[in-house]
Amino acid sequence: METTRLIIVAVGGQGNLLASKVLGEAALIAGVPVRMSEIHGMAQRGGVVESAIVFGEAESSIISDGEADILLGFEPAETLRAIKRCGKNTQVITNTAPVPPFTVSVGLGTYPDVEEIKKLITAKTAGLVAIDAMALAKEAGSPMSVNIVLLGALVQTGALGFDRKVVEEAVKRRVKPAFLDVNLKAFDLGFTAAANA
Amino acid sequence: MHKLLQDSPGEKIMLLGNEAIARGAVEAGVAFATTYPGTPSSEISLNLFQMSRESDLYFEYSTNEKVALEVAAAAANSGLRTFCMMKHVGLNVAADPLMTLAYVGVTAGMVILSADDPAMFSSQNEQDNRYYAKFGGLPMLEPSSVAEAKEMIKAAFELSESMKQPVLLRTTTRINHSNAFVTFGKISPCMTKGRFIRDPQRCVTVPAVSRGLHVKLLEKLKDAAQLSETSAFNFIQGDGPLGVIANGVSFHYAADAVKDLGLEGRVKILRMGFSNPMPEKLIKDFVAGCERVLVVEEGEPFMEEAVKAFAQEQGITIPIKGKSDDLFTRLFEYDPAMVREKMAAFFNIAYTPKTAVDTSDVPEIPMRPPNLCSGCSHRATFYEIKQAAKELDVICPTDIGCYTLGFLPPLSTGDFVICMGSSVSSACGFSKATDQKVVAFIGDSTFFHSGITGLVNAVFNNHNFTLVILENDITAMTGHQPHPGVDMELFGLSGHGRINIEKLVRALGVGHVSVIKPFKVKKSIDTIKEALAFKGVSVIISQEPCALYAKSLKKLTPRPFVVSEKCVDHRDCITTIACPSFYLDGSNRVAIDPDTCVGCAVCAQICPENAIRPLKK
Repeated sequence: METTRLIIVAVGGQGNLLASKVLGEAALIAGVPVRMSEIHGMAQRGGVVESAIVFGEAESSIISDGEADILLGFEPAETLRAIKRCGKNTQVITNTAPVPPFTVSVGLGTYPDVEEIKKLITAKTAGLVAIDAMALAKEAGSPMSVNIVLLGALVQTGALGFDRKVVEEAVKRRVKPAFLDVNLKAFDLGFTAAANA
Repeated sequence: MHKLLQDSPGEKIMLLGNEAIARGAVEAGVAFATTYPGTPSSEISLNLFQMSRESDLYFEYSTNEKVALEVAAAAANSGLRTFCMMKHVGLNVAADPLMTLAYVGVTAGMVILSADDPAMFSSQNEQDNRYYAKFGGLPMLEPSSVAEAKEMIKAAFELSESMKQPVLLRTTTRINHSNAFVTFGKISPCMTKGRFIRDPQRCVTVPAVSRGLHVKLLEKLKDAAQLSETSAFNFIQGDGPLGVIANGVSFHYAADAVKDLGLEGRVKILRMGFSNPMPEKLIKDFVAGCERVLVVEEGEPFMEEAVKAFAQEQGITIPIKGKSDDLFTRLFEYDPAMVREKMAAFFNIAYTPKTAVDTSDVPEIPMRPPNLCSGCSHRATFYEIKQAAKELDVICPTDIGCYTLGFLPPLSTGDFVICMGSSVSSACGFSKATDQKVVAFIGDSTFFHSGITGLVNAVFNNHNFTLVILENDITAMTGHQPHPGVDMELFGLSGHGRINIEKLVRALGVGHVSVIKPFKVKKSIDTIKEALAFKGVSVIISQEPCALYAKSLKKLTPRPFVVSEKCVDHRDCITTIACPSFYLDGSNRVAIDPDTCVGCAVCAQICPENAIRPLKK
């Protein structure tokens, strides 16, 4: 597999680290080398959590600015904030449901317009798949499944080169049995939404 | 069974670097482990703590890193394989025992792990602890990857045992917090008890003994240098007239750069994994076979200076460069593109960097700074101190923990912090050097770590300040580890002591001691005012468990509050305490998120209209 560099950005509590672990497991099943790096020091206190996942033969486990092949954003403003990690050939997948920072929630800052975010990202990169992953997660049965909805969308774009079955198997191995049905449904809803996006 | 205790050699599993290190220690038969938690090392000890409960491993959370290292030094001199781990600045605290333990040595393998934090993801500085190996005269190993970290700690135990010398294992955040596949090896059984054999000519470091020990230390270092020459951790990859010397994660960035720049066959890389003492002959031979040498290392020019000195001895005058204005920086961490660009520049290779997208037209995105949690008692305490002290010109030395975040607006309580424990001792200094009122803040774990000696100093030297001890019954910032004031029954462990902070403070002879329950706002403010008015050392103990931890223990049942129709939009709640549960609803009115509000009721007590009420189910 040619080296593929994926950045995932999320807000603490959105399940970024589990999503990364599922993709790591998928790489193991597919026999693809993988290295992942994460920064999560302040996650519990509402900060941004970023994972870098490098699939393929490269040895580094972090990704430089401009060099992500795929950017997967769990929150639209955070996706835009991470745009410097992208080049013109980067595939971007984002959740469109905002998690406003505290300053915005209390009227001390302005949240960028989501349509404007989508326009900017589309203009600068190879393509954008934007879905309301929160709505789909609720439809699947739990707002906690936003992460797996977005994995479904990621797999549908084909940017990663993993077969759907492989990632679903990885979800089965990594998600607690009690939440498996919800998460498999979430994966399917994300996959379908990306196909229709 | 703990996932790292499975005796299934050959199994391939994805592990965090810190899990891989913990597993490596278990595979090496570690019998005794001590720590004080600190990011990025904390998950190593967390896993060892968990494993110690279902195996023969002895593990303890020690009061601070100096204590941890001294406890470990005794075990390693009683014949037990011993592991002591800490974050980089923790080794400063443990530097005193470290420097002389290097003289004394050990009778069984002892590994001291320093988790450095280039770029300061969660630290107050980015010091390069490789210098401790050089300073103390200790052999040092540095892994480049997660999988190698597991193998290296095993080798470190062997090396330590063969040399009778502690070995420093130095990692960086990008090793500790990376995930990769690791193959399990065999778990070695650990000894359950050792025996100390008296050896005063080695173990009692009076001057006459230590003079002899320093001679021996230098002899051991010569032996270590021989081992470094032939260590499999120092290897040459590739071939060609251009040389690169790299360590740690930089090695992989350099290896990728060679491929990306198409320099295979033109560049050879010397990877330094056994990096103190440096292998003199290996490096001299390597440099002699190069036209130019680029040294790639995050942090200080540790290797670069040694390589230049070796070259000088050989009369080699080729360009050897690392840190300089146009090459590598001593600041922060490196990344693959940076190493590729510098390598291309130094070797005169044409290279066009990939361009990142233009961000000049991206609107400003509101920042997302970390915030104290909903229902965090620190927020209440800071608010009450501000209210009680609003007529005073106050300096607020603070300390290291979640509560450091109190320096952010609107709480804006935190003026000076340099290291663990510094709040108390710097308060001593501020109170003598100025006429300002000094109110210092320290968490309970940090108080035990290194605040007590400062308070003793304050009482002895008759200083004048108020110390607020934020007693939330856990070491919260690093992920809820116990400390000497914690009820260990909560962890299902019996037999532990529990130190009562109030009794301890009173026993020190502090002139004015009071206890507040910070969620009782008015009463707390009145009590704080009394303490602030006291001339001399006063201590306020603010007692309320960490909300996040209490929730995880199911000891806290959230009872959310709601903003009623009585609200007239003063917004005092938002502008003075800024709890993350507040938001403005569709009609721009203050609301409370019932999913995150735990019901501390602090906002309800400060609302001038009494408009915030418990949510009726």
